[in-house]
Amino acid sequence: MNKRKKAAEKEISYAKWGYIFIAPFFIAFLVFQLIPLVQTVYYSFFEYYRSGLTVIGPNPVGFDNYKALFESDFLKYTGNTIILWIAGFIPQIIISLLLAAWFTDVRLRIKGKQFFKVVIYMPNLIMASAFAMLFFALFSDNGPVNAALISAGILKTPFRFLSSVSGTRGLVALMNFLMWFGNTTILLMAAVMGINPALFEAAELDGCSPRQTFFRITLPMIRPILVYVLITSMIGGLQMFDVPQILTNGKGSPDRTATTLIMFLNNHLYSKNYGMAGAISVILFIICAILCLLVYFNLNPTESDRKTGKKGRAARKEAVNG
Amino acid sequence: MDKKPSNIRTIIAYIVLILLTFLCLFFFYILIINCTRSHQQIQSGFSFLPGKSFAQNFNNVIHDAKLPVLSGIKNSLIVSSCSAILATYFSALTAYGLYAYNFKLKKPAFIFIMLILVMPTQVSAMGFINIITKMGMINTLYPLILPSIAAPAVFYFMYSYMQSSLPLELIEAARIDGCNEFKTFNRIVIPIMKPALAVQAIFAFVQSWNNFFIPALVLQENSKRTLPILIAMLRSADFLKFDMGKVYMLITVAIVPIIIVYIALSRYIVAGVALGGVKE
Repeated sequence: MNKRKKAAEKEISYAKWGYIFIAPFFIAFLVFQLIPLVQTVYYSFFEYYRSGLTVIGPNPVGFDNYKALFESDFLKYTGNTIILWIAGFIPQIIISLLLAAWFTDVRLRIKGKQFFKVVIYMPNLIMASAFAMLFFALFSDNGPVNAALISAGILKTPFRFLSSVSGTRGLVALMNFLMWFGNTTILLMAAVMGINPALFEAAELDGCSPRQTFFRITLPMIRPILVYVLITSMIGGLQMFDVPQILTNGKGSPDRTATTLIMFLNNHLYSKNYGMAGAISVILFIICAILCLLVYFNLNPTESDRKTGKKGRAARKEAVNG
Repeated sequence: MDKKPSNIRTIIAYIVLILLTFLCLFFFYILIINCTRSHQQIQSGFSFLPGKSFAQNFNNVIHDAKLPVLSGIKNSLIVSSCSAILATYFSALTAYGLYAYNFKLKKPAFIFIMLILVMPTQVSAMGFINIITKMGMINTLYPLILPSIAAPAVFYFMYSYMQSSLPLELIEAARIDGCNEFKTFNRIVIPIMKPALAVQAIFAFVQSWNNFFIPALVLQENSKRTLPILIAMLRSADFLKFDMGKVYMLITVAIVPIIIVYIALSRYIVAGVALGGVKE
């Protein structure tokens, strides 16, 4: 009796430690993210900017900032962001799937896997702004790439990459592709290696071609991680800033066709137009919140999903035993 | 019988892999070559062989009057190291709090962190700048360091790691031996978590080292600036007047230390990417 009471007391005193241990995280989050977020939303309904040295506002203006936003080039920049993201993401996911399938295919017996993995992941750790600066120097009108193309006889006059819309967008997409395909490959490889090898053995015994194995077994089995990669990449695409900012010196040139949403936000923050910056942020937040929910349900399957997952596993076991 | 198609596929795989390897390494190769060449050499054309101006370029870059490169390196090192330490220690602490204890708000707290797992910090940047201005932290390094205490992605990694390799019996045993809770965490949990801490510290360091958006808004004084901002300054300076050897050297200073650390620890880093699955 006495003992039990003591144990109960201990339980309670331990609970206190749980709160103490998670407190710093939540305090930091509250101060540096949640309160700022609330303020951002709040000021998006105010006229609040700096004109010269005088600060105008904050005066409540309702949804005027949002109206002004949609009358400005917001939609154009949204389009730019989507184009830049897709142009990088499509090659990224295709190459990553291909590499993940090859690396995990026992029949191919690729040597030096570790070396290739190390090399393709490397660009992910490179400072994006330095990488963009490097590309700017290399692809400038009289830079090494043009010099090499001319001396090889491919071009007669330098190709002005950064004055052409597709040239600039192509370079941004190429950099995004290079920075992310290694990361995606490693994630997809881990997912493929998590598939029960007996499935592949059974497929081989049944005479599946590598293509059939890939589309009928590999792809369906790694669907959750594919969804995860897609959504996180979308969020990453929305955040796109460093590369186009440095490559075009913040101008999104030519003719603002490489200006992304965060560059637009940055311009407003820089000129201290807090009302408009708030409105852009709120729209970005809503999109990101939806994407975050999708990631959450992808990582934490609901009860019904879990049951089908179990069923799937049971079926797999049966397939293996039978 | 099916050996032949397999062989052809192997050859195609190798060709694609070698092309990608070339694509990944080529730009860095030019970078390394060009940072050893003088401005005149670089302007006169491309070469596959390094020049002899490495020391000269390096000297020019760190003594540039307009670009405070030395203090930039120092600031970047301070911000990145402190961020890495805070992010890993407090994420482990938070993960331990939610893993080892039972309390009323345990589940809501966990769900909350999972919900904000991939939320970009940019969406609250406006309020962030506002609040740190009010707190008098604008133009200091603190607003780049302190927010690392709340790093949901690092938390998630630590939590997953604890689930796989931190038995609760061990904590129970420590309690019976009279360890208090903080001591248990610092003396028993942290050593067990070392591999996870190391991997996440590297990621946090690199992420902070490369961070550009928020620092560019926070740091307005030359002496406080970090490396990515210096690169942006270099980009907006009149490019044609610039010594190209210096340009390549500054890029080298910004990325080569990371590449060296990466190559030394690549095995653990690549394994960490596969394990975590969560990175911004």
